[in-house]
Amino acid sequence: MPEQPRAFTAASFSAYLKEGKLMGVRCRACGHLSAQPRPLCAACHGRDVEWQQFSGRGALSTFTCISVAPAALVKQGFGRNNPYCAGIVTLEEGPRVSARILGVDARSPQSIETGMAVALDLAELDPERPAPAFRPA
Amino acid sequence: MSPATKKRQLARPVSIVGAGMSQFGAFKDLTSRDLFASAFLDLQSHMEQGLDVADIQCAYVGNYSSDLFEGQGHTGPILADWLGMTPTPITRIENACASSGSALREGIMAIASGLYDVVLVGGVEKMTGLPTEGVTDVLASAADVLYEVPAGLTFPGIYAALAKAHMDRYETSLTHLLKVGIKNHQNGALNPKAQFNQSLRDMMERRKSRARDRGEFVPAWQDEMAFLNDPQANPWIAWPLRLYDCAPITDGAACVLLVASELASSFTHKPVQVAGTGQASGRPLHDAEELTSLSAAKAAAAQAYQMAGVTAQDIQVAEVHDCFTIAEIIATEDLGFFAPGEGPRAVDEGRTARTGDKPINTSGGLKAKGHPVGASGVAQVIEVFHQLRGEAGPRQLPNPNLELGLTHNVGGTGGTCVVHVLRRG
Repeated sequence: MPEQPRAFTAASFSAYLKEGKLMGVRCRACGHLSAQPRPLCAACHGRDVEWQQFSGRGALSTFTCISVAPAALVKQGFGRNNPYCAGIVTLEEGPRVSARILGVDARSPQSIETGMAVALDLAELDPERPAPAFRPA
Repeated sequence: MSPATKKRQLARPVSIVGAGMSQFGAFKDLTSRDLFASAFLDLQSHMEQGLDVADIQCAYVGNYSSDLFEGQGHTGPILADWLGMTPTPITRIENACASSGSALREGIMAIASGLYDVVLVGGVEKMTGLPTEGVTDVLASAADVLYEVPAGLTFPGIYAALAKAHMDRYETSLTHLLKVGIKNHQNGALNPKAQFNQSLRDMMERRKSRARDRGEFVPAWQDEMAFLNDPQANPWIAWPLRLYDCAPITDGAACVLLVASELASSFTHKPVQVAGTGQASGRPLHDAEELTSLSAAKAAAAQAYQMAGVTAQDIQVAEVHDCFTIAEIIATEDLGFFAPGEGPRAVDEGRTARTGDKPINTSGGLKAKGHPVGASGVAQVIEVFHQLRGEAGPRQLPNPNLELGLTHNVGGTGGTCVVHVLRRG
């Protein structure tokens, strides 16, 4: 029996991340891609969407190095003396995602360059709060 | 037609005839209801003919999260009861930091619809009951908790990402950001209701003299820019934003009285008319059209200008949503005061100072006046109301012919924007 397509929900997005895949949706009518799965196309409002796997390659569009961390990241040791980097990655297919940026020196933001090539890296995925993460490619 | 292009009009005109604010600050022993009562008493005591609570026919209150900040849900009727207003209907509006801008718009529409003639609109937030990390988490819940927050983005973090994109694309520098804060604190120094009723220069001098009195090391800051560039005094929150780039955590409340314009003269001889109202929604930053602008602000402004029959050039005073210094720069561009990328130069040239041609945030803005998130939208309107009536005291603008003012209230990181154009008379 063929596998039923998963629902276009955040739960499916998270489940795919845990399987190592960055999955969004593609509108069969207009071709619009969204990296946040949803049942309605954000561009043409059509309902005929399908899953789309993204390659995980992209470029860092903007970022920040955060010193005042939310409670969940404070628990992981981040904060005033150990900032972390988060930003927005433009995927090579076009859509953008909010993501953790790994493998950069968050204490030295000047050393981090927007425009640099990054690649998906889910090795440190927090199963409680799965989110895309990238590091310099 | 898109909301931005169809010309919409109120079915009948609406005027603001009274305004009141609590003190803004950190008040350990005051709850939302105390703050709201304080704002209402201030409004009532400034009404030329007085105001009987029983004459209020309907009320709207902006409040972001009494649930998470104070453990109190269903805040509306609690506040109505505290003013002795029951059974008058009250509705709480939640649109994050644009809650009371949105509440104002609901109040305007309630009168324009013909259903009511006299409506109280307020906003309140009690934030300082939680530690800073708790406040950070509550504010982060105004972002997308499924697709932004798990990535580690905080509320300052998203504005920091906007700032970095603006710096990459234009000539924007860290110094431009600091200059916005210096200006707004200079204005706040002239506002007795402000949480920071002093300039950054005065704050710096006070810290020096306190260190001197205690026999501690006295920093050698020459001026406020040196103070702001000292990482000990002004630590990073989310690079490129530092502590003094961020609006503070504030307790406060504000309210205004709206009436059908045909009745305004029986309340005051100096009414201020709602010339235009606009509201729009926007997507998370990762899905935004641009990383250097808030599309909801542009759409809301277009609606408000069109309804008022004015352009950005006609606006003589504006309160914009400077939850972070970069937010003020972007707001002045989104509102069309300056071309995209020209906001920083306008700051350099002093155009947004009280003495400039486009005075911005004469109240001190969210930055210095304080930012009790659910109250900020109405508090902005109160400053423009006072400026247009010539009642802004030491910070009154020198232009004796002020006619048109604007408020720009943003919820979250641009998910909501509400713009109002106000006209004297």
